[in-house]
Amino acid sequence: MNRSLRPLVATAVIFAIAYALSILQFPGLFSTRVLGNFLTDNAFLGIAAVGMTFVILSGGIDLSVGAVIGFTGVLVAVLISWAGWHPLAAFAMALASAAAFGGLMGLAVHYLQVPAFIVTLAGMFLARGGASVITRDSIPVSHEFYDWISSLIIRLPGGGRLSFIGLLMVAIFVVGALVAHRTKFGSYVYALGGNSVSASLMGVPVARTTVGVYMLSSMLAALAGIVFSLYTSAGYPLAAVGVELDAISAVVIGGTLLTGGYGFVLGTFIGVMLLGLVQTYIIFDGTLSSWWTKIVIGALLFLFIVLQRLIFAASVRGEKAS
Amino acid sequence: MTMRRALSRMANPQLLALVGVLLINWILFPNFFRITWQDGRLFGSVIDVLNRGAPVAILAIGMVGVIATKGVDLSVGAVMAVAGAVAATLVVAGYPAPVAVVAALLVGLLCGLWNGFLVAVLDIQPIVATLVLMVAGRGIAQLITEGFIVTFNDPLLVFIGTGSLLGLPMATVIAIAMLVLVTLLVRKTAIGLFIEAVGVNRAAATLAGIRSRMLLMLVYGLSGLCAAVAGLIVAGDIRGADANNAGLWLELDAILAVVIGGTSLLGGRFSVPLAVVGALIIQAMNTGILVSGFPPEFNLIVKAALIFLVLIIQSPLATRVVVVKRPVREAGK
Repeated sequence: MNRSLRPLVATAVIFAIAYALSILQFPGLFSTRVLGNFLTDNAFLGIAAVGMTFVILSGGIDLSVGAVIGFTGVLVAVLISWAGWHPLAAFAMALASAAAFGGLMGLAVHYLQVPAFIVTLAGMFLARGGASVITRDSIPVSHEFYDWISSLIIRLPGGGRLSFIGLLMVAIFVVGALVAHRTKFGSYVYALGGNSVSASLMGVPVARTTVGVYMLSSMLAALAGIVFSLYTSAGYPLAAVGVELDAISAVVIGGTLLTGGYGFVLGTFIGVMLLGLVQTYIIFDGTLSSWWTKIVIGALLFLFIVLQRLIFAASVRGEKAS
Repeated sequence: MTMRRALSRMANPQLLALVGVLLINWILFPNFFRITWQDGRLFGSVIDVLNRGAPVAILAIGMVGVIATKGVDLSVGAVMAVAGAVAATLVVAGYPAPVAVVAALLVGLLCGLWNGFLVAVLDIQPIVATLVLMVAGRGIAQLITEGFIVTFNDPLLVFIGTGSLLGLPMATVIAIAMLVLVTLLVRKTAIGLFIEAVGVNRAAATLAGIRSRMLLMLVYGLSGLCAAVAGLIVAGDIRGADANNAGLWLELDAILAVVIGGTSLLGGRFSVPLAVVGALIIQAMNTGILVSGFPPEFNLIVKAALIFLVLIIQSPLATRVVVVKRPVREAGK
């Protein structure tokens, strides 16, 4: 087996075992209904996590994701409910402002040469503050377009339903995987995360790639915000607080190396599903309180970080031996 | 010479910024500097800044060392919640307050050492290593309090949060004491130098004979301990341990305070007193925005602008501009 696929396989195996054990305890978990809800409930997290995967592959981190989701929700709600825009125009506006926002963060990361977490921290304050200045209350959205989108459902045998937003997340993962593994931009991102000095010596346009990565992450966060707005039919400035942590956890659990340069978009998908499984299991159990989610996610995070270290230590030794 | 050095130290940008923020507050709110003596303690907006700024200042004191070794500790907010939960639960269960305080401090130290172990021994990047506890810590705190806000009326714990000593709020007194202790620890012994050496180049420092693993454990342990102290203050202040909200996002304020204080995020250069000044700047802005009647949401935007300002000043681009100018000034002397 290809050595570089090991962390991905490890994640997949752990998900399969965890799911199998959960099904043994609660047979109800194995139904199209639960699987469909997996996709719908985690759609916004999954879309944001795809962007986070690119940022982490490039050796950076984006802490502003949750705030951008919150800001987008508010912006879209205000444009539709107060200004009377058509949702599609509001969505375009949200994506465009997110692109500008991410581009600025990318410029700051590259030209000020400061760690990405501090730049995106400022971005997080800015987006969260901006959303709170627009409104402090939750703004409901009711528009025919929203009703039409939530009526787009594929019914599965067994009572399951695939929603539009769930399928959108899957599509984003497929496109994300293609971009990461099959395009020039994707290989630039991997090169940058591996070693930015060698990457620039090899002719990788470091500035353009860095800006592109943060732009992509913010735009996907905005898309996640749009999905969140479709999911909740409202915009709230404090929505999606801490989603960046869930997204980072999903990426790490999915086997992407936090030092950058190594990982798979598909792994992130399994990571998101694993987080979803933890939540669903705790809901199914009924006696466990929601705070167990955090402890289990923390433990999983720890497990995978140590696993990565062990696998990479082993493969370095293996390469030296051979 | 010493006079001039003392003067130039007074004129550093952080202190000037603090004075500037305080002056703006004074213009917006003429009573800002009015201090009154009531019930054996001082009252006034400035005292309020010192009191409210204390938890972040204490976190910043611990965070300085971590950032100086090129690390970061994201878990301090969660550790605050854990320490508060431990103290409150023990007191409610009938243990004497000193035991609860010591237990909370030990738990904070343990959390810090756990982070240090991940960073120093397992060689995990600090931002990831401390992320584990940041995510799991609040869950653990809720596990300890069983999901409730545990309230207490214990005199010692309440005194830590709201009492006063020599007219100053207890939180401020604790912050000053920790500032003095930690500054002496890093500046009167070689530890500060070792921290800077590890921050610049860990491998080289290790080769030069510095026990960098021990040092990293120490630095993260101290950060955990500081977080526990801040957690006790916050819990005492509201007379309860709130696992969800105690110290929420304070790690970001602490990092911001350290960065404003001129400690380099690339390691190797740090100042404990200036980090405390940074914390006071943040709190003075918060108070200023509140007393001048702006919605508190403006805080976040002002903070973001401040981060960008500091980053631009610290960036290599700005250094290049200054370096170009400096020889001219030297020649003129």
